[in-house]
Order: sequence, then structure tokens, then C-alpha cells
Amino acid sequence: MEYLIGIQGPDFVLVAADNVAASSIIQMKQDQDKMFKLSDKILLLCVGEAGDTVQFAEYIQKNIQLYKMRNGYELSPTAAANFTRKNLADYLRSRTPYHVNLLLAGFDETDGPGLYFMDYLSALAKAPFAAHGYGAYLTLSILDRYYRPDLTRDEAVELLKKCIEELNKRLIINLPSFSVRLIDKDGIHDLEKLVPVGAK
Amino acid sequence: VRQKNSAEYLSESPIQFGQINPNIASNFINTLHQDLVLSFPPGFPPSCSPSVPLPFTMSHGTTTLAFIFQGGVIAAADTRSSCNGLVACPASQKILPVHSHLVGTTSGTSADCALWKRILARELRLYQLRHGRRLSTAGAAKLLAHMLHPFKGTELCVAATLCGWDGGERPSLYYVCSDGTRLQGELFSVGSGSPYAYSVLDGGVRWGLTVEEATSLARQAVYRATHRDAYSGNCVDVYHITSKGWALKTLPCKEETIYKQDPETLPPSHLR
Repeated sequence: MEYLIGIQGPDFVLVAADNVAASSIIQMKQDQDKMFKLSDKILLLCVGEAGDTVQFAEYIQKNIQLYKMRNGYELSPTAAANFTRKNLADYLRSRTPYHVNLLLAGFDETDGPGLYFMDYLSALAKAPFAAHGYGAYLTLSILDRYYRPDLTRDEAVELLKKCIEELNKRLIINLPSFSVRLIDKDGIHDLEKLVPVGAK
Repeated sequence: VRQKNSAEYLSESPIQFGQINPNIASNFINTLHQDLVLSFPPGFPPSCSPSVPLPFTMSHGTTTLAFIFQGGVIAAADTRSSCNGLVACPASQKILPVHSHLVGTTSGTSADCALWKRILARELRLYQLRHGRRLSTAGAAKLLAHMLHPFKGTELCVAATLCGWDGGERPSLYYVCSDGTRLQGELFSVGSGSPYAYSVLDGGVRWGLTVEEATSLARQAVYRATHRDAYSGNCVDVYHITSKGWALKTLPCKEETIYKQDPETLPPSHLR
């Protein structure tokens, strides 16, 4: 039901998430933000089971901030991704595993932009583009076809719009709007919300 | 269990409530992760006992709603407590005041809701004593969500909306569920009758409603839901929260009164 997507460019990462918070068949909220700011240049996008998402994401968020307070510098996106994966793995075979699917997007001074795909079985993969949710089945092939490593920011946004139009057309579930953010060397930028219009 | 003196009690964190053997759990975690700089909160994760079978079917089924408008917050609920097919109580209170400026609607298991509302009221009062100021609705919602989190996966079922006025000029509405959901919003309806209530509310709720219009709309929505939902029924409780606190706006509960007061609440023509 929920949808996350990330596209990495040569010097930026573009991420988007849907805005619906649902409970069985009812949309309880249409403006839910599923992105959690871990640090100035790292975003964690989190979907999955109802309470687990916010609990786990906020737990990771607070621990990343604690690390910064204790050590004086921030964790890099790679380190943050691996820390998150380790936590997921530790809880996986406990009595209370977290059923969450994540995308971690960040910009590192030395390594550049990075997009990390994690799922509830605590798999971790660094990928040029990734998606979560039923929508991923529809949009991954669009990304496969049109993605290039040297995309400009506008081209990446156009590619994102292509994906969302496809969801609007074919996905049985109505996802009325998507939050979009871009991370580059200057930090996290909020872009215009994408609102697919009308049925085709 | 040794007795705590009052100084200890005043500095205790409320999150520890309900944990089973928090010390054992935290020791285990600490030895396992000594090399990690980052730390786990104490008593996390708790050791959960395996699910105990219920002695009898718990009560579920209700219609509650709450929304924000220019005059504050309106909270409304039906008064039927059902146990499968039996109406256990036709006059139960599903909206429980937590303190003078915070009211919570309850849905799910009646006993769980009543207990956790009392626990929340206690913890908010302790917070006020310890810190000298009242906790905001957002804080109360977060506290309740974190207190309920250890019980996830058990049969505990609490779905509450916290409607309050945060010191100053801001009405506030949060939905908290025992599965861990915590949402801030302007309109929520919870319970088995909630889809019916949503459809009435979505057509009528505006920021600019007067207090009478808002109360009448809330009553309408619950009434329509009670008509269609078997597990909701009997009367409608309406609370109005403003900067001065909460006020009960329930009408005497007789069917004729409801019909006379608002012609729109007449039953559909094919049933008259």
C-alpha cells in the first residue's frame, strides 16, 4: 500500500514517499511524512507495520544524534546504514522483530551521494535506484529503462514523475500525493509535493 | 519489591511501567553490546511472556470521533459496550477526561482503555509535579504510545484519540493505537462504526463551524453510525474542549428527544 522511491545522481539523491497513513480500508491521514531526518545530510524513509515504522525510525534517529553529541562528528551515510541494518538484524530473531522496509539516502563529503536499500529481513544493498511497496513492481522497470548514472536533477525529477504517473494509472490503490526531497552537498531540500491528476 | 521513598518515585521514568524484569533484559543487552558506543534505553526490549488465553471475549465495537474547528475540539462517542452479541452496558462512558484540558476517546477493549487512561492521567500528573508544567497533547500521545509499545503482539487493544488544548491558543488532536500508530490530525474517527461516521463528517466538517453546528454534526455522525453498525448504539456523548477546559454537551438520551431536536436525525423514510 505504501510506496518509497530513491534515485541517485552524480552529486545528489532524490527520494520520494507517499503521504497516506491508512488503517485497514480507511485513510486516516493524507499528509503523513514518512521521511526521518537522521542528520543534516541523511534521510531515512520508513514503511511497514503500523507502530514499528515510527518506533524504529525514531530510535535510529535519536541514536545517530547521540553519537554526534558524544563524539563531536556525524556518522557517514554508510555507517548509518550499517548501524540500522545491524539493529534490524539483532531484533530479527528476537520476540519483537521490526517489520519495516527502509531506504536510507545520504550525501558524504568524501564518498558522494549514496542510496541504501534495506528490508525487514535486514538485507542491505547500495543501489543507484530503489523502491519499496507494491508500486515497486510497476516502477522498477521504468527505472531500469531510463536511468543513467549522469542524470541531472531535472531529469531525475522527470523520471520520478514518470514513475508516479504509472502508479496513478495502474495501481489499484489511490495514492493522492507524494513528498519529494533532494539531498546534495548543501543538505536536504524540500521539493514540491507531487500530486498526480485525474485517471488516464 | 522494596518500598520506594518519595524522592525515588518522583524521579522515575514512566516508560518502565509494565516491563517484565527490566533489569535482567538490560543486563543481557549491555553484555552483548559492550563495544558499541550507542546505548539502548533501559528495559528494552522487554522479555514478553507467551500469550495467555483470554478468560472470556473482550468487548470491542464502538463509534468515536473527534475533530478540530475554530471553536476548539469536539469529541463524540456512542455509549454501547458490546461483548460479541450481547450489549454488556448501554450507558458506558467512552470519553474519559484525563485532566482539565485533555479528554480521550476510547475504542477497543473497554477494560484496557479505562486502565490505560487512568495510567496516563497519573503519569501526566506526575510529570506536572516533577517539571512544574503540564505536558502538551503531543507529549501525552507520545507517552501513551511508548507505554503501550511493549505490549505489542499481545491481546491488548486500545485505540484512543487525545483531544486537548495546549497551554495558550492551540487545540490539538492525536490518534494513538496499541499497535504503535501515533498520528496528529484534524479529524479522526475510530471504531467499528468509523467508516459510517467518516462519510458524514467528510461532507460537513469545516474550520468555520459554530459550536452548535459542530456539536450537531458530531451527534449526527455518531447517530448514523449507530444506525448501521450493530456494535454501536444507544446514546451519544459529546464533549467540547476549549481554552477553558472540557465541557460535556450530552443531551438527555431518549430517542424522541434526538428526533425532535434535529429533524435530520430522523430514520430513513423506508424505516419510519
